[in-house]
Amino acid sequence: MQPLKMVRSRTMVLPFTNVDTDQIIPARFLTTTTKEGLGRQLFSDWRYRADGSANTDFVLNRPEAQGCEVLVAGRNFGCGSSREHAPWALLDYGIRAVISTEIADIFRGNALKNGLLPVTVDESISAWLLAHPGASVTIDLETARLTLPTGVSVAFQIEAFARHCLLHGIDELGYLRGRLPEIERYESLHAGF
Amino acid sequence: MPPSTLFEKVWQAHEVVPETADTPAVLYIDLHLVHEVTSPQAFSALRALKLPVRRTDRTLATMDHSTPTSSDQVFGRVPIKVDAAARQVRQLEQNAAEFGVELFGLQDARRGIVHVISPELGASRPGMTIVCGDSHTSTHGAFGALAFGIGSTEVGHVLATQCLLQRKPKTFAVNVEGRLLPGVTAKDLILAIIGAIGVSGGTGHVFEYRGSAVRALSMEERMTMCNMSIEAGARAGMIAPDEITFDYLRGRPRAPAGRDWELALERWTSLKSDAGAAFDRGVDIDAGAIEPMITYGTHPGMVLPISATIPDCAGDAVLDKALAYMGFHGGDAMLGKPVNTVFIGSCTNGRLSDLQDAAKMLKGRKVAAGVHLLIVPGSQQVKRDAEAAGLADIFKTAGADWRESGCSMCLGMNGDTVAAGQYSLSTSNRNFEGRQGAGARTLLASPLTAAASAVRGRITDPREFL
Repeated sequence: MQPLKMVRSRTMVLPFTNVDTDQIIPARFLTTTTKEGLGRQLFSDWRYRADGSANTDFVLNRPEAQGCEVLVAGRNFGCGSSREHAPWALLDYGIRAVISTEIADIFRGNALKNGLLPVTVDESISAWLLAHPGASVTIDLETARLTLPTGVSVAFQIEAFARHCLLHGIDELGYLRGRLPEIERYESLHAGF
Repeated sequence: MPPSTLFEKVWQAHEVVPETADTPAVLYIDLHLVHEVTSPQAFSALRALKLPVRRTDRTLATMDHSTPTSSDQVFGRVPIKVDAAARQVRQLEQNAAEFGVELFGLQDARRGIVHVISPELGASRPGMTIVCGDSHTSTHGAFGALAFGIGSTEVGHVLATQCLLQRKPKTFAVNVEGRLLPGVTAKDLILAIIGAIGVSGGTGHVFEYRGSAVRALSMEERMTMCNMSIEAGARAGMIAPDEITFDYLRGRPRAPAGRDWELALERWTSLKSDAGAAFDRGVDIDAGAIEPMITYGTHPGMVLPISATIPDCAGDAVLDKALAYMGFHGGDAMLGKPVNTVFIGSCTNGRLSDLQDAAKMLKGRKVAAGVHLLIVPGSQQVKRDAEAAGLADIFKTAGADWRESGCSMCLGMNGDTVAAGQYSLSTSNRNFEGRQGAGARTLLASPLTAAASAVRGRITDPREFL
């Protein structure tokens, strides 16, 4: 995995709460056996009309949203199914960070493992971001701070080990395999179940 | 030792390396359940690194999500209609063979929804850690196991190391006292709990369902409750094992036997929260105050007692969006609304007792004209049991469509879908927009409510039929 230190981008805003992973990538696209190419189906049922044409009211289809790498959404983003296809689809489309007041547990873990930054902020920062689509923001992973174009800068919580792995491009599986001696010892002591 | 919770006991027993400020815990996984949708990328990762599956004896694979439910397709008399689904099925067959993983394939008599077959085999047991690339893995918490859903990268981690990197979640006591009224089921109880806590109320927490109402539930009812823990945002839900748990497990094919059973019982009886154990949060629920519940919106927290009217909060953007999608209005009564499709099945309500509930409503009655009632057993074993008990005959006589097991219409990726704009009353777990098909409008309820409503063709309080 490539090291990730900073995301600098304009934002696109999805003002809905409880955006579940079925909206991010509907189940009928999960018949794939690879991770690639899911960006075309990102938010498919909101993004395309029943006849397959683009729904021009939806944020992803608006000219000002093109090239935005930061998605701002309402509370409880990524709830529902554990499908890792959700962060794969967001990344394949070009999103590199998601900002919300709350991000669901499984989605957060899946995002961090793929280099998509989950950033949780308080209500006041969220309200400002939701009201200012297209704002240029900086997310600095080294300092774990989000900076708004107003100059306001806030710290965000990110799990220390995931941050370390992202900053240095470390694969978590490599770390886990480094603990094999402890795993073997555990297995020798706990044969049960 | 200070008093500790059930969760803490199970967590601590599986810490290979405890967490520190800089690193998460290395947590040992006793049982890894694998299915065709979230595993292909994980097997590819192992192949790329030339790694074997570390513990094939702790890994069990089946296919359920993208598999068809028509007998002709399952038994190969006609090809699987959805090409991509057929490829996924073949891919899991190849991966299981290449990596030496036990697979209950498409035509295996032991196949079914992963969260139905593992308990039925006696493979899900108290005190275990159980994971699967599926958020409804929380189901197995009904046995006093710590069971939770993971992503495909983590599926790869468990295949390669039998471990996961995890931060310790917080604990949340869901205390349910009193008795459920007749016609009110575990599904209504969990829907009421989600309504009370909210769809993100459990984020970062593991639930423990406690209290007299929970202790009175059967194992199948407990599984229904734990199954939907994730719909309140919790990774897992647990219930302390007791005689009901042990009676369920005794004699199952993969449960311990003889001396091993006695030793297991000794371990399992200690698996409960100690008196005075502290939980990070808690909520008290009165079981006797709960009615049959039904959802009216686009997430499981938008839920009401069946006799209630939809909240009238014009101007609330979230509610307005949900009601516009559902074609409902604030102030509408839920009772009497028409339904087009009724789906009885899924890992939430696809077990034998759920089908018995449906049969109670359908016996001697007919499905209303124009309504499609689809009944899909949770496993091939449930199918055989329902046929032997005469339930399938009741369903077919009533005009229902009786199928092979699978996830089916819960998530519309296997050919079983609801058309855009149609109302589907479903015993599954998610009423998200498009969950059962693009534009489909889903209402979640119990098998009793679903079957009664299929007979009337309208949302019906099942207590009218009792």
